[in-house]
Amino acid sequence: MTTLYTTDHEWLRIEGDVATIGVTDYAQSQLGDVVFVELPKVGRGLKKAEAAAVVESVKAASDVYAPISGEVLEVNEALPADPALVNSDAAGKAWFFKMKIADKGELGGLMDEAAYAEHTA
Amino acid sequence: MLAREPDSELKHTPLHALHVAAGGKMVPFAGYEMPVQYATGVLREHLHTRSHAGLFDVSHMGQIALRPKSGDVRDAALALERLVPQDILNVAPGRQRYAQFTNDLGGILDDLMVANFGNHLFLVVNAACKAGDEAHLRASLSDVCVIEPLADRALIALQGPRAESVLARFCAEAPAMRFMDAGPRRVDGIDCFVSRSGYTGEDGFEISVPAEHAETLAKTLLASSDVLPIGLGARDSLRLEAGLCLYGHDIDTSTTPVEGALDWSIQKSRRNGGVRAGGFRGAEKILPQLEKGAPRRRVGLRPEGRAPVREGTALFANSASTEQIGAVTSGGFGPSLNAPVAMGYLPTLHAATGGLVFAELRGQRLPLRVAAMPFVPNTYKR
Repeated sequence: MTTLYTTDHEWLRIEGDVATIGVTDYAQSQLGDVVFVELPKVGRGLKKAEAAAVVESVKAASDVYAPISGEVLEVNEALPADPALVNSDAAGKAWFFKMKIADKGELGGLMDEAAYAEHTA
Repeated sequence: MLAREPDSELKHTPLHALHVAAGGKMVPFAGYEMPVQYATGVLREHLHTRSHAGLFDVSHMGQIALRPKSGDVRDAALALERLVPQDILNVAPGRQRYAQFTNDLGGILDDLMVANFGNHLFLVVNAACKAGDEAHLRASLSDVCVIEPLADRALIALQGPRAESVLARFCAEAPAMRFMDAGPRRVDGIDCFVSRSGYTGEDGFEISVPAEHAETLAKTLLASSDVLPIGLGARDSLRLEAGLCLYGHDIDTSTTPVEGALDWSIQKSRRNGGVRAGGFRGAEKILPQLEKGAPRRRVGLRPEGRAPVREGTALFANSASTEQIGAVTSGGFGPSLNAPVAMGYLPTLHAATGGLVFAELRGQRLPLRVAAMPFVPNTYKR
């Protein structure tokens, strides 16, 4: 299992040809108290960099972009009901959605944990 | 999401160092570097103010003394009535009133507080408007008044149900004040101007303090376990839940006081048939609107569901119509309601409480219910 990161502060956990996607702890700390999450529909085909989900804090709305292309397999139904999970457990319970990885080549452009740590330093 | 570089052009209030030391996240606001939140976070800062007490630095706002050349405060009051549709003459000594500077077209140049300090008037105006307001006062009232900006004073708001008991420890007279009382008071031995008012919908006080004593006083108040420092983020969500206007967003030069649903703030004496009817800028537009209503009106809006509907969002009469009928002017999440809240302008036809309108949000139509304001009942000590 590998975890990769985007410059837009999303994480991807890669298991076989499935990627689980969420926002990073750094992102939640910048967003502040999250009050609303909107997730994509299961079965939706996402193109890389397309707006896939919405996360809103008391301060502002932010899009969560599809970090890679692929079909949405599953969404975290607990999240819209309890958006504060993003603040309490961004890297764990607050996963947003799972995608089928359409093109493993797209993973090459993403950062590993060390590179992401440097990116947010 | 990136941290902002410090901006040397931005002004600092006398409490700037205190904000930084308290971990305030500093952002540019109206030409000042101000704390938008502390480590506590907007949500908890908001809720703490409603349950205990919050301390707000509002020193960026303009404080102006209007001194009558005659020595009679009534002359200053009558002069100021040329610029505002409110009755200022009958603001009793020791009392304060909400007012608006209007322009010749009936639009709002700024909104402000006017207090009668016995021998002069004390004005508190918005930070972004203060230079313009001072120029406006000088140009219009210099025949009768000396206009004195009080730039060497800070302004601290202490808001929430515990504000009275906290302030009472340092100002024995505070509990006897009622909503909109205002005047000189000693606070912890410092000569201040204290008003029982604020911008949160909660009971509370605003304390004008000489800049050199501001940090000491703020620290003294913050030493109470009931009081947390509160940033601009929670200030905005608190005032939105209280249904209070933010100048430049909910009201501006394109909105009249009647359109802005501020008719309650215009006394009978200045309306048609009143003892001093008219005689203010834009009266030709505002007086008929007070009698017949305006074509559009600021209303409260409760979006259905949990999605905040933000400023600038277009409003429609139904889920399919293509003709925009209004727009949201303030919107966000109300922590005390645990729900999104907004205000905006609608044609009077659609402005009745209980009506349904639709916002265009991310390509979808979201229903919003027209709702009475305040959204959260205020707790003023009248």
